[in-house]
Amino acid sequence: MLESEKVLASTLLTPGLLILVLFIAYPFVMALWYSLTSIRVGDPGQFVGLDNFVKAWNDTIFQVAFKNTVFYTFWATIFKLALGMWLALLLNRSFRFKRIIRASMLLPFIIPTVLSAFAWRWMFDPTFSVMNWLLFHTGMIADRLPFLSSGDWAMWCAVLVNTWRGMPFFAITLLAGLQTISPDLHEAAALDGANAWHRFWHVTWPLLMPVTLVVVVFSVIQTFSDFQLIYVLTGGGPANSTHLVATYAYQVGVASGLLGEGAALSLFMFPVLFAVVWIQLRFMKRMEGA
Amino acid sequence: MLIERKWKKWIFFYIPMAVFILFTLFPFYWMAVTAVRPDPELYRTWRQANATPFWTLEPTLEHFKGLMQTTAFPHWLWNTMLIALVSTVISLVCGMFAGYALARLKFRGSEFLGTAIFVTYLVPQTLLFIPLADIIRDMHLGNTPWALMLTYPTFLIPFCTWLLMGYFKTIPKELEECARIDGATRFGAMIRIIFPVAIPGILSAGIFAFTLSWNEFIYALIFMSSAELKTVPVGVVSELIRGDIFFWGQLMAGALLGSIPVALVYSFFVEYYVTGLTGSVKG
Repeated sequence: MLESEKVLASTLLTPGLLILVLFIAYPFVMALWYSLTSIRVGDPGQFVGLDNFVKAWNDTIFQVAFKNTVFYTFWATIFKLALGMWLALLLNRSFRFKRIIRASMLLPFIIPTVLSAFAWRWMFDPTFSVMNWLLFHTGMIADRLPFLSSGDWAMWCAVLVNTWRGMPFFAITLLAGLQTISPDLHEAAALDGANAWHRFWHVTWPLLMPVTLVVVVFSVIQTFSDFQLIYVLTGGGPANSTHLVATYAYQVGVASGLLGEGAALSLFMFPVLFAVVWIQLRFMKRMEGA
Repeated sequence: MLIERKWKKWIFFYIPMAVFILFTLFPFYWMAVTAVRPDPELYRTWRQANATPFWTLEPTLEHFKGLMQTTAFPHWLWNTMLIALVSTVISLVCGMFAGYALARLKFRGSEFLGTAIFVTYLVPQTLLFIPLADIIRDMHLGNTPWALMLTYPTFLIPFCTWLLMGYFKTIPKELEECARIDGATRFGAMIRIIFPVAIPGILSAGIFAFTLSWNEFIYALIFMSSAELKTVPVGVVSELIRGDIFFWGQLMAGALLGSIPVALVYSFFVEYYVTGLTGSVKG
């Protein structure tokens, strides 16, 4: 029986597909249905068409949350890419204690985000902040900085923490890419008189492009749909000024029990994620063709 | 070789590297110092003259003691470990089977299925959590560890499948064919020949999956309500902040203890983890 490739293939694929269909495809369809109804906890509600989406569109908190999400994703990705690339180039050299340093550089990515975000929140604490202490005693500030108590500052703090967490992922993946580049290319370029910057820009960067693109796509998806970091760092406050789409959807859908509206809010992430995934798939096809 | 002057090496290598190390590791140092700092010192404002923020002269274990005695922390640690282990094993088994089928067997729609599995990999948990909470409740899984053991594989299976599919493709077909000639069935050859050869790949996928489940938060936050059934991240958030009061000493002690097991697992398998991490994005 199992000798037939078709039968064997479907037997092997069934367990995995069952879980994916049951807990991804099915809830996705349900999310679409929820978003079109006025369902709330304990009340199945009724079909309301696109009302939830229209309401979200006109909701000023949602507008802020969407802007924040774009801002957060954009800047965090830029910083993660720039710093991660720099770190990868540093780690690509040979030096003492290389293995242990490389291993410890990945720690922010391993340690649960919620737990490390608490450490950051404590460092940003308005009264007991170690950052304020440091800046004050080195004479850089005269009064404390409102790290998490002002919306603008808090968004930049979130970008900082996200960069701290995601940078190692970029660095280690780019490092793996760097190690596939033959040193001969660099030597040849150096013999032709190219300086370090030119060697990076004309040799390393183009050769790393495929890896870079894939890492950026993954990071954009993770950052755009982020929840835990903001949930711990600011909880969306002060005065709802630092919500992301996901944390606001949680507040409406779970904390207030408006399931339909919450589902509609989180579906606003979908077009952006879809576009990113589509680009990724197109790119993969092109790589296979090449 | 490219020759460098000494001062250049300081400016372009040692100093940036030192800054990176400091930036990366300082929060962990801070976690550790806070966890052993006695309360009166902890709540000394940043402007007080006798503040010694970077070390403490009277380290104490009272926060760890409080954490163990007044909260369900040991339960949380155990739950996190068990859930991460079970969901990793489920995902590995599914991923090995599916990865083998996609890498080695010819059937209609294999390319489509491969792409579909890859796409589910990119669906974030935050898109689905609202209806999923209802599905879990309707299946009577709410507030049981199975709610997480069955949903974590949704973001682990796609990754395991892709990583292992790539790995299986690098194993020469002849190996399997030899076993078949000796009378092994296709399934038997897969289990006894291919899987043992693929152990490094399986280990990479497993370590990476384990750290991902240890880190998961939103599903655990929504599906678990009893204090002693929570995972470490959720327990710390929901039980160590009472009202508006943050118990910073216990919070940092909990963060430290909750990080150590996953950091230990990682430190034993760094190379496998890195292979998993870099493989996870290759596609």
